[in-house]
Amino acid sequence: MGYSLHFGAIWASFDRLLFGLALGLGLAAAAVLVGTIIGLLAAFASVGPSRIGRLVAGTYVTLIRNLPLLVLVLLVYFALPQAGIRLDKYESFIGALALYSGAYLTEVFRGGLLSVPKGVVEAGRSIGLTRFQTGLWVTAPIMLRNALPSLGNTFIGMFKDSSIAAAIAIPELTFEARKINVDTFRVVETWLVASALYVATCFAIASLLRGLERRFPKF
Amino acid sequence: MELFLDQVWTARWPLWDGFLLTIEIAAAAIACGTLLGCLVGIQLVFAPTLIRLPFRIYVDVMRGTPLLVLILAAFYIPSVVGLNLSATQAGIVALALFAGAHIGELLRGALQSIPPGQSEAARSIGLTFPQMLAYVLLPQALRSALPPWINTGVELIKGSSLLSMIGVGELLLKTQEVIGRTFMTIEFYVFAGVLYLVTNILLDQLGKTVERRVGGHL
Repeated sequence: MGYSLHFGAIWASFDRLLFGLALGLGLAAAAVLVGTIIGLLAAFASVGPSRIGRLVAGTYVTLIRNLPLLVLVLLVYFALPQAGIRLDKYESFIGALALYSGAYLTEVFRGGLLSVPKGVVEAGRSIGLTRFQTGLWVTAPIMLRNALPSLGNTFIGMFKDSSIAAAIAIPELTFEARKINVDTFRVVETWLVASALYVATCFAIASLLRGLERRFPKF
Repeated sequence: MELFLDQVWTARWPLWDGFLLTIEIAAAAIACGTLLGCLVGIQLVFAPTLIRLPFRIYVDVMRGTPLLVLILAAFYIPSVVGLNLSATQAGIVALALFAGAHIGELLRGALQSIPPGQSEAARSIGLTFPQMLAYVLLPQALRSALPPWINTGVELIKGSSLLSMIGVGELLLKTQEVIGRTFMTIEFYVFAGVLYLVTNILLDQLGKTVERRVGGHL
């Protein structure tokens, strides 16, 4: 025992932690953006009429959801170059996280699609919108609104998972924290501050989302 | 392919040991996490505000912190405060604390979704609080919490792969060691991935079977 807290060494490197935090947010945002496209396509396929589409979407979701993210990240980072695809570590991590978040977003959007009442779709069709127009102007807005809470939670989850980028030496918050930990031996302080930064950021995003949900009342 | 299978055969014992350790770690974490989670869940619902608050903070901190940060913290912190934990023990502690918060939260949800008539009925036939908990509320709550509980098990098996980063010789680290020797990167990562996949899908199916059998009459 006899450990006393000294936060000085942490404040000296605090800007690095903040940059790491911003980088983590950026990685998560990029991944969720790409993941949203994957998720939308897979969600439409999974409720669509094509059996092959449903099969492919279902297999994708099952595969990704049962695989550890770290395995996926390492596979994309170390194995793709062997197959002749060279990506830098940022691209490869965003790719892996996008693939990962895409599976969760598929479920999110699928739930959203199923929550759209049949009546409004029929109403859209009966006022003369084409199938595509109904999808774009009627189904999509309601689905997105209904999926908003889960969409936000997925983003928070992916922000937390961006810590795994430390495994391939991307200097985000966890990587910097570990470095400061090893450099200064202010072990307790480092992890307290790192954890507090993550918790505060998650909390801030969650409050932001609740505000957004209030602005757009649920259909 | 033949070369790969040959290498798998050569490395079968390290890989098997790693796989077993992964299962053991996940099992230990879910056991400790469930005990902790039951305590936390009950406190979150029934304790007075002042006692509830620390549990609320614990749950929110655990849920807001990435698992990797918890694992690294559990790995580095004990030694400086005079506790001597092996990397495996530290990893289990981190996973158990993480699981405890998640299970506590899902038990809270399950307890709160029981209609109030149930506890009123229990009170009016003269059950004490522990009796009410044991015979009326927990049987219903545990039943509806079962599917997400199994899902926590899957999350723990996935999360145990992060222990490779603190040098615990579980499946992923053993796989990386084999890759270091054979340079068969794609093959062995895919191999490890398939092992995780099969384990998790089996666990998931088991959960669905149990759910069908016990979840019938709610």
